[in-house]
Amino acid sequence: MSKPKIATTSLAGCFGCHMSLLDIDERILELAELVEFHKSPINDIKSFSAQCAVGLIEGGCCNEENVEVLRAFRSNCDVLISVGDCAIMGGIPAMRNMIPLEECLQEAFVDGPTVHNPTRAIPNDVEIPLLLDKVYPCHEVVKIDYHLPGCPPPADTLWEALVALLNNKPISLPYDLIKYD
Amino acid sequence: MEKVVTFLLDGEVIQGQEGQSIMQAADKAGKYIPRLCAHKDLTPHGSCRICTVLVNGRPQSACTQPIADGILVESETPKVNQLRTDIIDMLFVEGNHFCMFCEKSGNCELQALAYRFGITAPKYPYQFPQRDVDASHPDIFLDRDRCVLCGRCVRASKELDGKNVFQFVGRGVEKRIAVNSEKGLKDTDADVVDKAISVCPVGAILKKRVGYAVPVGRRLYDHQPIGSASEDETTK
Amino acid sequence: MSERIKAVLDPICREVGNDRTSLLDILREVQHRCGGVSGEAVDLIAKRLNIARVEVESVVSFYAFLSDKPNGNVVIRICDDIIDRMHGSETVARAFESELGIQMGQTTEDGKISLTHTPCIGMCDQAPAALIDDVVVTHLSSDTARSIVAELRENPDPTRLVKELGNGNNAHDLVSSMVQNNIRLRGPVLLADFEPGTALKKALSLSPVEVIRNVKTARLRGRGGAGFPTGMKWEFTRATKADKRYIICNADEGEPGTFKDRVLLTEYPDLLFEGMTIGGYAIGAAEGIVYLRGEYAYLRKFLESVLERRREEGLIGKNVCGVEDFEFDIRIQMGAGAYICGEETALISSCEGLRGDPKNRPPFPAQSGYLGYPSSVNNVETLCCAARIMEHGPGWFSSHGTDRSAGTKLLSISGDCKRPGIYEVSLSTSLKEILSLAGAEDAQALQVGGPSGQMVGRQEFDKTICYDDFATGGSMMVFGPQRDLLEVVHAFLEFFVEESCGYCTPCRVGNVLLKQGIEKILDGKGEPADLPYLEELAQTVKMASRCGLGQTSPNPVLSTLKRFRSEYERRVKPALDGRQPDFDLSEAVAQAVSIVGRESTHS
Repeated sequence: MSKPKIATTSLAGCFGCHMSLLDIDERILELAELVEFHKSPINDIKSFSAQCAVGLIEGGCCNEENVEVLRAFRSNCDVLISVGDCAIMGGIPAMRNMIPLEECLQEAFVDGPTVHNPTRAIPNDVEIPLLLDKVYPCHEVVKIDYHLPGCPPPADTLWEALVALLNNKPISLPYDLIKYD
Repeated sequence: MEKVVTFLLDGEVIQGQEGQSIMQAADKAGKYIPRLCAHKDLTPHGSCRICTVLVNGRPQSACTQPIADGILVESETPKVNQLRTDIIDMLFVEGNHFCMFCEKSGNCELQALAYRFGITAPKYPYQFPQRDVDASHPDIFLDRDRCVLCGRCVRASKELDGKNVFQFVGRGVEKRIAVNSEKGLKDTDADVVDKAISVCPVGAILKKRVGYAVPVGRRLYDHQPIGSASEDETTK
Repeated sequence: MSERIKAVLDPICREVGNDRTSLLDILREVQHRCGGVSGEAVDLIAKRLNIARVEVESVVSFYAFLSDKPNGNVVIRICDDIIDRMHGSETVARAFESELGIQMGQTTEDGKISLTHTPCIGMCDQAPAALIDDVVVTHLSSDTARSIVAELRENPDPTRLVKELGNGNNAHDLVSSMVQNNIRLRGPVLLADFEPGTALKKALSLSPVEVIRNVKTARLRGRGGAGFPTGMKWEFTRATKADKRYIICNADEGEPGTFKDRVLLTEYPDLLFEGMTIGGYAIGAAEGIVYLRGEYAYLRKFLESVLERRREEGLIGKNVCGVEDFEFDIRIQMGAGAYICGEETALISSCEGLRGDPKNRPPFPAQSGYLGYPSSVNNVETLCCAARIMEHGPGWFSSHGTDRSAGTKLLSISGDCKRPGIYEVSLSTSLKEILSLAGAEDAQALQVGGPSGQMVGRQEFDKTICYDDFATGGSMMVFGPQRDLLEVVHAFLEFFVEESCGYCTPCRVGNVLLKQGIEKILDGKGEPADLPYLEELAQTVKMASRCGLGQTSPNPVLSTLKRFRSEYERRVKPALDGRQPDFDLSEAVAQAVSIVGRESTHS
């Protein structure tokens, strides 16, 4: 029997949650025994070619590409998990949610005190995904099965959650492993 | 001699003194009822509703409801705790709570309540409201993004500091904390040693230049839930 | 501090003795004279009253009729309740906007006219209606909107807009209003002739305890909707030891769709004041307060004149009706646009010049109410009933209605019916009879008791109006077969979001979430799971809220989920591909598309 597949991605995140996953230290070997990493920045597989058991989503949705990736994860993963505060509530990128998008872009590319932009143009290239009006928590875009909070979630939180899932048990985190910072 | 009042809290016989609230009597008996706006040094406010209990089946806030002989109080039941979880969820989506960089994280009572109830994500949609920050005061920081409108600062300023620095303005979802000056906190008689500054349960009112003093792992709620016996002495 | 503001403010503050509890009166007057309460005014008032400026700001910001920014010289407030909308208030609003060249919430550039919405002003039987300053204009159309603007531009005095006077006392010199009473059905108790003094004299021939006993024997229960036994309320208030007690009349009639107190105030002020005086005698109060909603300010001068006449006739004042040691007078406290002030403890807060936040209970008003003194807060209709009980005896009163619901009830009927107006019916009248009286046999739903009440469908039209079946303050909104009931629910939730005081979490946040949940379904983005979601959320708001507002605001959702579930079910569909149906990518990128000027490449 083939090993269950795991896919991971970082949307509007900082890869800190992925770092935390690597922080399970030598248990990563154990994990590699239990599962096969499919689409993930860890192995650089770019697209889905098989249904995955678990998808781990880091980061919220700040642009149209994030939405597309997230939807692909939803379609290709049996269980989808929001990992970290950005996926759960938008996180640091969502600090722009209280400011209109136009003002954000104007400040970032034109008016900001450290900006040098004589043309005053806002970057616009088909390669640059369009920004959403605000940063969306993942569960406001697709259905999410579990949330693992933290910035990043402790390595133990990720480990406990994965082990529970792989053993067909519900994720039930002890007090010490539910933290929002 | 104060009259002794006997009642049942989650099936346990509790004795209190006449005039006590359910919360006071429960605290005395070592039974924690989750709360946010309540503070032992302040007049009960009854606004957050997290301390809601069922008294003979009727919902009441434990901080304002006096004890009475023979009442049946339900607190730690799935139904009541569901109400509390919902209210905590509401508070999280109503404001802008960025725990990941908040100085209060680890010592925040709202966050601690969410931990206590094992909340991993709120069930309601985030509102991302626009709220003003007042950093005008040299020693005090007021970030309304994190304000839960518990009114502790309002009460503490009046009742403990003998001032009137804070008040609510607006109504409904537009309700906010305002300060006693058009020009901001710096123009009021607020002082960093005021009780109004230290009673804030969340990171809405903070002292400047003392943030992150306690490392992660040694903060109030890192290892034990709010309401644990050993923490009673320090905060309650 | 500018001398001009001082010159206006100082006399206003002095007039009330720089009294903090008169803050709302001061602010109303400043608003009236200056078009707003500026920061400078807030500072000066705070100084005169010796309170913190933020306390003043706190009160200003609470009431809809007070503003920190200056309004125009004339303020047009278009009534925005669902009944007015059904009668075309939105078209009228658009006509006002285009004629004035401004949007809702704005003021014309010349600073002359402001335009805004306001919740129900108690004119649903003559909708669409608006308040222009204190002047009520009814039966509006786009044409009348245009002519109103033209006239106001010529002469800013809104009283000149009244061309034809309404019936009854609406035509009285001191009212001079175009409002109609629309009394459709008179009953024996309330809408019958009344000779001032008759009830009071009978009451004063009894001892206060006997008066209370008679009210109890008559089994009178509060007519505001909650139905608390009036005699008991008076007994509790009387039983609290105190130097002073107060009887307060709740004339804040704010429940959308109710306007029966307006008619009582217009046509039966003596009956009401007599009921208050009797109540004052019964509980041992020397002062009565009528808390009159700001929307009914047009009745104030008239009511004052009735009080003055009663003073001259010895029906209030010192030694009432010649009874030594019984001194009782009545004053009118004006509200300033806040539905929550109909909640009795919020009403007391407002009388005290505070924000209209409800108070924590206990203590109950009967123990500690206005300024900490025992107070009995009673609805207009309740006090009128009390006077009738004295006049005709408790047995006569309780011979009407049923055992547990004695007497008659005034109903305010509006919406999709041929004969909107006021009906006095026996308690125990069926909804079917009521609908037939009003000419609404084809009704699909009847909202009993206003937004905070119940939406009832045909299958329950045999049930009756009484404290055991459908208790009601009297608001009856009829919805014909052409109406979308979910739109109605949405309008009600908008109202509650607007009117929540924001004190407690579940009401402040929960109503917003309920409204968003209904919007999701109305937008066609709902899914089956939204029904239990709304049900649970509504239950939490209902159970955990601190006062009656939040405890009843989920009723539109709960009662329609219970009785009109198919209205929801026909709109929801299962989500596809695990997507959240209310997330719309094209909507979410619309801003970016317009900023950078290229289309999304994602679908």
